[in-house]
Amino acid sequence: MSDLIPFIVAKYNYWIYITLMMIGLYAMIAKNNLVKKIVGMNIFQTAIILFYVSIGAKKGATIPIIEHAHGNGHGSVSHTIDVAHYINPLPHVLMLTAIVVSVATLGVALALAIKVYNRHKTLEEDEIIDQIKGI
Amino acid sequence: MSQHYPALLVIVPLLSALLISAAGWLNKRLCFPIAVAALSVAAFSSVGLLLRVLDEKVVLYKLGGWSPPWGIAYSVDYLNGLVLVVVSVVALLNLIATQRNVEQEFSEKIGAFYTLYILFVTGLLGIVVTGDAFNLYVLLEIASLTGYGLIAMGENRAPLATLNYLYMGTIGASFYLLGIGYLYIVTGSLNMADISAILPSLYESKTVLAAFVICIVGVWLKMAFFPLHAWLPNAYTYAPSAVSSLIAPLMTKVIIYVMIRLMLTVFTPKYVFGTLNVSDSIVWIAVIAIVMGAILALGQRNLKKMLTYIIVAEVGYMVGGAWLGNRAGMTGAILHIANDALMTLCVFLVVGNIVYKVKGYAFEDLKGLFRKMPFTMGAFVVGALSIIGVPPTCGFFSKWYLISGAIQAGHYGFMVALLFSSLVNVILFFRVIEISYYEPFEDHHGQESHPGKIAEAPLTMLVPLLIVAAGLVVVGVYTGDIVNHIIEFAIPKEIV
Repeated sequence: MSDLIPFIVAKYNYWIYITLMMIGLYAMIAKNNLVKKIVGMNIFQTAIILFYVSIGAKKGATIPIIEHAHGNGHGSVSHTIDVAHYINPLPHVLMLTAIVVSVATLGVALALAIKVYNRHKTLEEDEIIDQIKGI
Repeated sequence: MSQHYPALLVIVPLLSALLISAAGWLNKRLCFPIAVAALSVAAFSSVGLLLRVLDEKVVLYKLGGWSPPWGIAYSVDYLNGLVLVVVSVVALLNLIATQRNVEQEFSEKIGAFYTLYILFVTGLLGIVVTGDAFNLYVLLEIASLTGYGLIAMGENRAPLATLNYLYMGTIGASFYLLGIGYLYIVTGSLNMADISAILPSLYESKTVLAAFVICIVGVWLKMAFFPLHAWLPNAYTYAPSAVSSLIAPLMTKVIIYVMIRLMLTVFTPKYVFGTLNVSDSIVWIAVIAIVMGAILALGQRNLKKMLTYIIVAEVGYMVGGAWLGNRAGMTGAILHIANDALMTLCVFLVVGNIVYKVKGYAFEDLKGLFRKMPFTMGAFVVGALSIIGVPPTCGFFSKWYLISGAIQAGHYGFMVALLFSSLVNVILFFRVIEISYYEPFEDHHGQESHPGKIAEAPLTMLVPLLIVAAGLVVVGVYTGDIVNHIIEFAIPKEIV
């Protein structure tokens, strides 16, 4: 037990993303309302965005831009680049694309929900299935 | 010009999609010619690329001049050269063949339809041509999102079926993205060739294992591999006929290409068949997929839905063949990507023609069709024979490779499943042929109309269909050349 708590705390970002992902998955499987399912799907996607952002983050680090690279004039020490002090921006940049994708998916899903509503006058999945079977 | 083929392949359709969307506002008649022109350029460039690959082995295109590990590279080798030609040719033929369907089914939305159509093909071509794992995800989502839009244009139950497809498709793509994230953590690279160069020292790592499992489950969801297939039949059945004959041949096949690319290039056969010891169980899942697909198809009283369950079984063929882990099985899987795309296109185009004339595709609607539409049903027979696997048609040859792969691997379960599925296909298709050949045609008031009266679909629909049907035989005859000159080099030497 005493090993477990440091294990969880040290990798808390992964635990949070997995928890969020499972919440999203639960909503997609268990909820009956179409909009709730769609929101669950969005939570699922957001969890993965969080995962990517957290693997690129680093405590106390800065952006990878060299400050005063030219004409500093105070010796050469400040020019040395220590990679450990910089954040890798690539995962964050990738997530800009993933956010666009997830927004587009959400838009398409909601538009489809509207289409379903116009046809069946309800968003509850069991009622829609009853209607389809009744026809 | 020819050195820019990989970029043209994606950019020309992408920009013409915008153009079509604008043309939709001005004059609807412009949309179709622009779409045909765009896909012709794509088909021309993909054939040109395949010819270049035959000379140069690998064509690497650096987008914006940035070299590979940092920039996004398009790389074309034997494997995706072949798939590119299949995708662009199938999309072009289907575009021409379904023009009348589109006018009939949604004349109001022609601009929107062709925009989505071209964007969908752009996405697929991009998936196949790219050499960058994250780029693949983005293009996968472009293809999927436009695919949802296209399917949702269908009849009554289409929006709900699309919504179910959307949930599953999004989970699949998200899993793929997550797997790529894990790979990025350990390798620090997104370029496929670069990842595979870095991975060998990390084969024992748990993170690589997690990345592999998550990626593969993601693509299985997307390709409707058996336990994850539930979204496919409804989505493909209720889609408009012009859409199902586009998506049914291409989407699953392209995703199977992605799986084979992950297995052969990203994770290398040494890892997939050596370090991991799972191929046997995956082939067993494929066996279940084939058997269940065949049995579920038997229960359908509706031509289009029956065909969708056959697709589920065919996905099992290809996944099983790829995981047999020997040369014959992999050859069969890759060859079957091309053949199955053509076969599925053929039978779904037939459904499109029937819908155009008869306004239905349930078994009762098929009565007397041989007399009414002899050419369409002739093409159907060729497509059916190919799916069953009768020698001169191409379906026989890929099945032959798959079965000999199964025997070499000693996996008799897979062999039996393939034979079982062929036998079930015989029953399925001959049932359809019997209904449409022997039972007299009835109009919707239940009266028998005059026999012997031909009411064939228009020539613009018929000619592409007959080309596809002839193509099934031609590809079958030239199978030896395709295997010896292309697929032989697409498979790494480690696989024997």
